Amino acid sequence: MSLHAVLRGNAQTLFDNIENRFDDYFGGADNPLRHLGALGLYFLWILVASGLYLYTVLDTSIDGVYSSIDYLSREQWYLGGILRSLHRYAADAFVLVMMLHLVREWAHGRYYGFRLYSWVTGVPLIWLAYISGIGGYWITWDRLAQFSAIATTELLDWLPIFSEPAARNFLAPDSINDRFFTVLVFIHIGVPLMLILGLWAHVNRISRVDYLPSRRLMLATMISFLALALLKPALSDAPADLALVPTGLRLDWFMLFIHPLTDLSSPAAVWTLIFGATILLFALPFLPHPQTQPIAVVDAANCNGCARCHADCPYEAVTMALHPDKPGHRIAVVDADLCASCGICAGACPSSTPFRSQEKLVTGIDMPQQPVDEMRRQLEARLAPWGNQAGTPTPGKTRLVVFGCDQGADVRGLDAADTAAISLLCTGMLPPSFVEYALRSGADGIVVTGCREGGCEFRLGMQWTQERLARSREPHLRGLVPLQRLQVVHASRGDGGLLAAAVDEFRNRLETPGPQSIRPPAFSRRKIHHA
Amino acid sequence: MPKPAAIAGQIVLYGAFAAFIGYFSTAPTYKQIPDDVALIKLSMSHLGGRDCRKRTAEELSKMPPNMRAPLDCPRGRSDIKLVLELDGKSMFETVMHPTGLSRDGVSTVYKRFEVKAGTYQLAVKMNDNLVNPGFNFIKEAQVTLKPAQVLVVDFNPDKGGLFFQQSAANKL
Ligand code: HEM
Ligand code: SF4
Ligand code: SF4
Repeated sequence: MSLHAVLRGNAQTLFDNIENRFDDYFGGADNPLRHLGALGLYFLWILVASGLYLYTVLDTSIDGVYSSIDYLSREQWYLGGILRSLHRYAADAFVLVMMLHLVREWAHGRYYGFRLYSWVTGVPLIWLAYISGIGGYWITWDRLAQFSAIATTELLDWLPIFSEPAARNFLAPDSINDRFFTVLVFIHIGVPLMLILGLWAHVNRISRVDYLPSRRLMLATMISFLALALLKPALSDAPADLALVPTGLRLDWFMLFIHPLTDLSSPAAVWTLIFGATILLFALPFLPHPQTQPIAVVDAANCNGCARCHADCPYEAVTMALHPDKPGHRIAVVDADLCASCGICAGACPSSTPFRSQEKLVTGIDMPQQPVDEMRRQLEARLAPWGNQAGTPTPGKTRLVVFGCDQGADVRGLDAADTAAISLLCTGMLPPSFVEYALRSGADGIVVTGCREGGCEFRLGMQWTQERLARSREPHLRGLVPLQRLQVVHASRGDGGLLAAAVDEFRNRLETPGPQSIRPPAFSRRKIHHA
Repeated sequence: MPKPAAIAGQIVLYGAFAAFIGYFSTAPTYKQIPDDVALIKLSMSHLGGRDCRKRTAEELSKMPPNMRAPLDCPRGRSDIKLVLELDGKSMFETVMHPTGLSRDGVSTVYKRFEVKAGTYQLAVKMNDNLVNPGFNFIKEAQVTLKPAQVLVVDFNPDKGGLFFQQSAANKL
C-alpha cells in the first residue's frame, strides 16, 4: 500500500470517529461535519447579504474609505457593525469549512471516476475564495490592509507578471489614488461572483444537492456568529500609513496566513507550495486509485419507462429517451461518465421484484457485478432450509435476513445458521419487494442496515430506502408486510458492535409473544424452467 | 444520549467553533520586523539611456526631409547600475535590465532592507547609460530612522533625479 493510501485511510478513520462522536450530540441531520458543503453555501449567502449592505455605505475615496467602514463599527454597531462582523466571521468560517470539506472528500477517496468532475471543479474555488478574502481585507485600508496589500504585491512581483513592481503602488502615502479602491471593490464583487458561478458548476452533476444545511444547523451557526459579533466585533486597525511598517498586527490567520509564511520562507517557496498544491490536487484523480466498478446496464425488454431510476439516481446519470422497441414508450439511458455504480437504480426499478416467475430474474436496470438475479439466488439458497412456518417462532429459532451495504457496517460477520446476511453495493439497491419476499418465504424478521444519516457513500441510498420502506416513495413496501418484522439500523463503517446489538435486540423482540407475531401469507415461487 | 446532555454537548461544540473562529481571526498578533528596526525601500522604475550617434550632414541630406532626425538611436536601452551605501559600506549593488523583448522598456528594482533605527550616512549612486563610466546620478544625505519608519529611495526626474522620501509618520 502506498504512503498516500495509508495517510488517506488514517484520515478517513479519524473523520469517521469524530463524525460518529458528533452524531451522539447532533444527530446525523444536524451534524456539521456531515454537511460541510452545504454549510459553505450557507456561509456564502451570509457573506453576500452582509456584503451588499457594506457596499451601500462604502465610500471608495482614499480619504473616505477608512472612515466609512470604521463608522459602522463605532456609530452604527447595532446594524452596520453587526453586519460587518458577520461578514468577517462568515468569511473565516467559509474557508474553514471549505478546507475541511476538501480534506474529508479526499479522505473518503472521492476524487476519481465519476467524482472527478466535482473534484476538479472544486480546486479553482479555493483560489477564488482566497482572492476574495484577501482582497476584502484591503478595503478597510487600515494597517492590516496596508500590510496585506504590500505583502501580496511583493509576493506577486516575484512572478513575471507586471512590467513594473506592483508593490511600488504602496511605496509612500502619495503613491495610491482613489481609483485603487474602485478597482478593489470591483474585484471584491467580481471574484465572488465567479466563485458562485464555479459553485454552480461544482454541484451541476449532482442531483438533489444539499444546498442548505438543516434549519437547526443554520440557526446555531448564525447564533455563534452573532455572539461573536457582539462579544468581539470586527474592528479596523489604525488607518493605513505608508510611512510606517505596521507592527503588532491583529492578523486573520484563516485568510492572511500566507504573509507570515512568506516572511518565514521566501516568495519562491510559497509559490512553489501554492502551485505545487494546486497541481497535486488536479493530478490526484489521475494517480493510481482503486479500479472503477462496472456501471448500471439497462435491459430494453424489461424497462417500461417509469423513470423511477431517473428520479432516484444521486448523480443524474440516468436520462429518459425514446424506447427503441416500444413506440410511445420511454427507456432509461445511463451516462457512463456520471454513473457511480451504486445500484440505487436497481432498487428503484419495479421490474426488480423477486416474485417474478422467470428462472433468471432480469430487471430494467441492473448492476453487472451484483445483478438482482444473483441477490434472489443468494436469498433463496438461504431461505430454502428454513422452509415456511407459521406461528410464534421458538426461542433460538428466529430466522433473520440482514440486508446491508458494502460501504457501511460489515454485515457478513453476522452470517449464521439463523441469520442470512446479504451485502449490497449500497442499501439503496434493495427493492422493497425483497423484504416482503423473504418474510413470506421463511424469514421471521428483516434487518435493513446502511450508513448513518448524512453518511451514505452515494448520498441518497439510505434516504430512499427509508422512504420506500415507510411507503412514502416508489417502489414502496406493500401493505401486507407487518412493519413489526422489519428493523432499520443506521450503522456506518466501524459500527459493527452497534449493529450486532441492534440485531440481538430485534431478535429478542420477535421472540416475545405479542402483536409482532403477525405474519404475511406464505409464498412459494412457481418456477418456470425454460428449455 | 439523553437530550439535556446532547444539548449541553452542542452548546459546548458551537461555543468551541465560535471561540476558534473568533480567536484566530485576530490572534496571535504578528510582527513583521523587530521593534527597533526601520525599513529602507529601494525602488525605482526608469528608462535607461540609449547609445545614440550624431548623423553627419551628408547622411542627413540623403534622408527625406521629414525624417531628418539629428540623432540615430537604437531601440534598446542601456542596463542601469545601482549602488546603495550605508555609512560608506556598500549594502546593495545591482545591474537592472530593461524589460521588453527588444529591451526597450523600463528597468525596475524593488528591494527592502531592515536596518536598526538610528542615524546613518545614506548614499545611492546610479549610472543609467553604461557606455559612460562612473555614476551620473548620486544622492547622499544623513538620515535618521525611527523604529518602524519607512525610508524610500526612488528616482524621479521631476524631483531632481534620485531622492529619499521619509514622510513624517502621522502617529508613531
Ligand atoms: C468553495 C467551497 C465549496 C463549497 C461551498 C462546496 C460545496 C459542495 C456541495 C454543496 C456539494 C454537494 C454535496 C451533496 O449534496 O452531497 C459538494 C460536493 C463535492 N465537493 Fe465541494 N464545495 C466546495 C469546495 C470543494 C473543493 C475545494 C473540493 C475539492 C477539491 C470539493 C470537492 C467535492 C467533491 C468531490 C464533491 C462530491 C461529493 C460526492 O460526490 O459525494 N469541493 N461540494
Ligand atoms: S448505479 Fe447509481 S449512479 Fe449509476 S445509474 Fe444507477 S443510481 Fe445512478
Ligand atoms: S426504473 Fe426500471 S422500468 Fe423504470 S425507467 Fe428505470 S429501468 Fe425502466
